[in-house]
Amino acid sequence: MMRALLAITAREFSGYFATPLAFVFIIVFLLANGLATFYLGAYFSMGQADLTSFFMFHPWLYLFFLPAISMRLWAEERRNGSIELLLTLPVPLTAVVIGKYVAALAFSALALALTFPIWLTVNFLGDPDNGVILASYLGSLMLAGGYLAIGSCLSALTRNQVIAFVISVVACFLFTISGAPLVLEVFDGWAPQALVETLATFSLLTHFRAITGGVIDARDVMFFASLIGVFLTATIIVVDMKKAEGA
Amino acid sequence: MIEVDHLVKKFGDFTAVADLSFRVERGQVMGFLGPNGAGKSTTMKMITGFLRPSAGTARIMGLDICDDMLAAQRHFGYLPEGAPAWPDMTPRAFLQFITRIRGFDKAAARAAEGRAIEMTELHGVLDQPIDTLSKGYRRRVGLAQAIVHDPDVLVMDEPTDGLDPNQKFQVRRAISDMAADKAIIISTHILEEVDAVCAAAMIIDRGQIVAEGTPSELAARSRYSGAVSLTLETEKLSAAKTLLQKVAHDSAEIVMRGDESTLHIFASKGSEPGALLADLRARVGEAGLAPRALALETGRLDDVFGALTGKARPAAPLFSAQQEDAS
Repeated sequence: MMRALLAITAREFSGYFATPLAFVFIIVFLLANGLATFYLGAYFSMGQADLTSFFMFHPWLYLFFLPAISMRLWAEERRNGSIELLLTLPVPLTAVVIGKYVAALAFSALALALTFPIWLTVNFLGDPDNGVILASYLGSLMLAGGYLAIGSCLSALTRNQVIAFVISVVACFLFTISGAPLVLEVFDGWAPQALVETLATFSLLTHFRAITGGVIDARDVMFFASLIGVFLTATIIVVDMKKAEGA
Repeated sequence: MIEVDHLVKKFGDFTAVADLSFRVERGQVMGFLGPNGAGKSTTMKMITGFLRPSAGTARIMGLDICDDMLAAQRHFGYLPEGAPAWPDMTPRAFLQFITRIRGFDKAAARAAEGRAIEMTELHGVLDQPIDTLSKGYRRRVGLAQAIVHDPDVLVMDEPTDGLDPNQKFQVRRAISDMAADKAIIISTHILEEVDAVCAAAMIIDRGQIVAEGTPSELAARSRYSGAVSLTLETEKLSAAKTLLQKVAHDSAEIVMRGDESTLHIFASKGSEPGALLADLRARVGEAGLAPRALALETGRLDDVFGALTGKARPAAPLFSAQQEDAS
């Protein structure tokens, strides 16, 4: 199972680089990161040697960049028919789903790792807390993992990549802002307090900010791990259901 | 060995496959015939575990595809309809991926890949992305993928669709070469293919088997089976028509091709086999017609296919006292 999983991950990962798309993606991602940090985040005028203004935009950048990666995971296989090949090879469906997901995660990890010049810059300019920066990088990767798991599940629902992209952006957006006052105020006052609190705990943003604050709390890690687990399981169920439906 | 056991597939209210059962033994090539939409691909998708049956099951080498899917999947190679592959991959990388997935170690994988490349003659295109290849090569890449692990069972959905005559010949030869120690099922709507490679054939329509047997058994069910064909110059046609009035027969049709015409003369029901030919041969001799050909027909698969799947072609121009019935 492990061997098949790695074979699938390797195939999928090298697939990203078969076309210039991967390079375009990484370059645009890095540019967007730079623009957000230096212009929107006013990195220099903050006068602080940390990467807060870099990480604070990740949820919003990921909202558009990661569905662009995850949209092809299943929709493309369905459209070009290779899903039939993939699912008739002697490989457990779980291995296929995880293998493909890991490739997408590895690709976004690579894009994230390539932001290292900003880390070098901040270390050159001042004396930042590198522990907090490391925690933030891990938090950013977990956040990416959550978005990609949601995107994987939604990509399995359709053969159209554009639809997969749009519904993934919307779903990720809802998960991101579910803890924001804007959303909570809608429910506040009439919905049971327990529901409002539950809704708030589903916010990716809240958990991400907790980690980028420099504290890796087991509860935040558990949150991302379960989110990923739930959506990968849902991916398996969706792909399996489509086998019965014959879609 | 493939056993299909009361397979049923319903899509909503539509029944694509209705209670299909058959067996294909080792050493046998089964031709799966039917018009488009008859349920051929759906059946193959169920046999290979891509679609879950609504009822019934299939067994590959005794392993149930529903209960024991992974074990069953190790024993077959599958060429899905349209030979899908990952377009950005090269055939070499594609085959390496398949052998890796199927758990070959390095040395065994290289040997297996080499053999599959040899059989499908892919040498020249190994390092070109699959989506830049011609349809024929893509089909062969799909075939190579299906046979790379030397499976006991091969399931191929329209393996020669879209190929030119030379490529068709090559693929059929490759299938025939492998036939001795495998159970093979191929679907097709090309009837000549059945004659060329299949020991047994099955015609399905609307998800049900409407006929099965060897290709010659099936052909014998054609109305042309036992008919006599008489080919002569078109200018002698009226003489032939006059002559035909003296012969006991059921009906006839004429096919004109250039300066040549062929009469297909159908024997009367219940007449002695061969009697019509003998009678005609004598009369033609008497009349001094000197035909280009006069022979007993063995029956036509396409005619049986058309009649059984309700898509009989309009009858050829007739001339006969009795109107001939297409069914």
